[in-house]
Amino acid sequence: MTAQLLLVQALNGLQFGILLFLVAAGLTLVFGVMDVINLAHGVQYMLGAYLGASLAAATGSFWLGLLLALPATLACGLLLELLVFRHLYDRDHLAQVLATFGVILTLNEAVTLLWGSAPLQVATPALLEGGVTLMPGLQYPLYRLAILAAGLATAGLLWLLVEHTRAGALLRAGASNRPMLAALGVDTGRLFLLVFGLGAMLAGFAGAMAAPILSVEPGMGDSVLILAFVVIVIGGIGSVRGAFLAALLVGLVEVLGRSLLPDLMRLVLAPSPARQAGASIGSMLVYIAMALILAVRPRGLFPARAG
Amino acid sequence: MAIGRRAVLGVAAAGPLALPAIRARAQAAGVKIGLVAVQTGPQAALGTQLRDGFLQGLKHTGGKLGGLPAEVVMIDDELRPEVAVTKVRAALERDKVDIVAGVVFSNILAAIMRPVTETNTFLISTNAGPSTFAGRGCNPYFFTTSYNNDQVHSVMGQAATDSKYGRVFVMTPNYQAGRDAAAGFKSRFKGEVVDEVYVPLNQLDFSAELAKIAASKPDAIFTFMPGGLGVNLVRQYRQAGLASIPFLSTFTVDEATLPAQGEAAVGFYSAAPWAPNMDNAANRRFVADFEAAYGYVPGSYAAQSYDAVLLLDSAIRKTGGSLADKDGLRAAIRAAEFQSVRGNFKFGANHYPVQDFWLCQVAKRPDGKFQTETVRKVLENDTDPWAAECRMR
Repeated sequence: MTAQLLLVQALNGLQFGILLFLVAAGLTLVFGVMDVINLAHGVQYMLGAYLGASLAAATGSFWLGLLLALPATLACGLLLELLVFRHLYDRDHLAQVLATFGVILTLNEAVTLLWGSAPLQVATPALLEGGVTLMPGLQYPLYRLAILAAGLATAGLLWLLVEHTRAGALLRAGASNRPMLAALGVDTGRLFLLVFGLGAMLAGFAGAMAAPILSVEPGMGDSVLILAFVVIVIGGIGSVRGAFLAALLVGLVEVLGRSLLPDLMRLVLAPSPARQAGASIGSMLVYIAMALILAVRPRGLFPARAG
Repeated sequence: MAIGRRAVLGVAAAGPLALPAIRARAQAAGVKIGLVAVQTGPQAALGTQLRDGFLQGLKHTGGKLGGLPAEVVMIDDELRPEVAVTKVRAALERDKVDIVAGVVFSNILAAIMRPVTETNTFLISTNAGPSTFAGRGCNPYFFTTSYNNDQVHSVMGQAATDSKYGRVFVMTPNYQAGRDAAAGFKSRFKGEVVDEVYVPLNQLDFSAELAKIAASKPDAIFTFMPGGLGVNLVRQYRQAGLASIPFLSTFTVDEATLPAQGEAAVGFYSAAPWAPNMDNAANRRFVADFEAAYGYVPGSYAAQSYDAVLLLDSAIRKTGGSLADKDGLRAAIRAAEFQSVRGNFKFGANHYPVQDFWLCQVAKRPDGKFQTETVRKVLENDTDPWAAECRMR
């Protein structure tokens, strides 16, 4: 493993982390501010990918599709809030898990009925075709750099929103102490609707952005959801800053672990068992890291909740 | 996540509401097939191919098998073995199916093997072909119209050897079928395996592996990435500018995934006993009519199911429509006197096909759709490696 390859892998890790952040940002807001376990966040990500793909195909432009997917996923989020989530705020987490799991089943089937079960194709926009050569024989696709940029921009905008606007102050207050916020006369119902819509839109944006590099298919949100939960638990539930750092950490651990471990294991084991053990442990590494971090900081890196 | 509708779908009027008397009469006059095809979850596209191929076959036989009116009872296994067993049992006991066919995935086949064959019912796999039932585990009531999985991977190993690739990078998912794929490839590959990488089954982003491939500069890569894994890998492989390294694969670029892979997969290789462009009368008719009826290019899942219909049609005709004479029916199936879309087709002693295998390559057709096309024949009349261990009782 050369230093050059190591650098490329680190970049890959950061890039994967940014993608995770796009998904996790909405999840941490909804979980942190509203205290609702939203398992359906993954299917909102999937909806974003499908809507982005269909709208891009209908308008003939990836960018127009992406732009239109935002209000479309926002509308889906608002609808879900009014139909389902509104009735869950006062229930315990078990009821929320059951209900949002139901939303997963329903939406996955709905997507299969509407779009079929075969994966969809989403072309990379012409503007971002091609790539930059990072090492001999390997191109780094421009589109992945665009994802990096989009993730950083989202992080920046969210930071501005959360830290420097009145709505952001309410968000932070909601994440920190909800009953006090309600006691102060803030309309929490409207705040929650707003937060949930924003969360759905962020998930949809992540899905639409990921569509050209990942397979757009029913159930695509399920595998992302688990990593997104790992990210927000490590970052501290409700903290956007925590989610950002945790996403980068998870991305790096995941990619570097997967690429380095099999080689490291070969120092102590025969090649064949080393490969399999390395691959197996590599895929567990994220969860091991989560366990270690939670052992030291049980409330995550940047806990948002007071008390 | 496999998610389910619980109902057993009847294509024709089937099932619990039929009056017993009517059912008895229909049974005497016709043949009932339980068709196991996954219809829920991310792999449903494969089940759809399998189902449509089977139904296309029935269209060509006039809805009959060997002269008997055929009725299909759809069984959605949901890709969950326990669900498959429950539904198949129900089909056997309640719907009284005469034959069970279909099955996309090996783990589902393994689950329903005993429940079906214990009742002396014939089980015709039209896709899943694990080596488990090819050697010591072979069964007189089990046939497959597909292949032995190991064979397909080894075909790619042979093709790599024939192409004089000296150094090949091997990458498969980290589960049993993935490890079998790597072993199958290596069984006929004479060159050096530069590196073997096993990735998690739910892998999304292959950038780490792609960087490794670029760093080790192999003559070719061999991979087995079914379904969505393959869609992700193929696109990212192309985007990373690695397409100058030949992409040898099994079950990664096929007609089920090509609509999503599109241009990114053009020129990539796969190994198969059949491809849509095969030039024989039976195949031309199948592909043309299938595309007209279903609007997409059939894959091997569809072709093998279509063959299964023609096989059953020929066998039941041979026994004069008698389904009760199991030994007679078995001999008639084993004879395989039908015109396969693959051209050559016969059964070996273990009821797995003895057939030719091809190196195929993805191409864009003039009408803008994508399909795999034969490049050259790699193995001729190949018997699978486990057949010798089979002692058919």
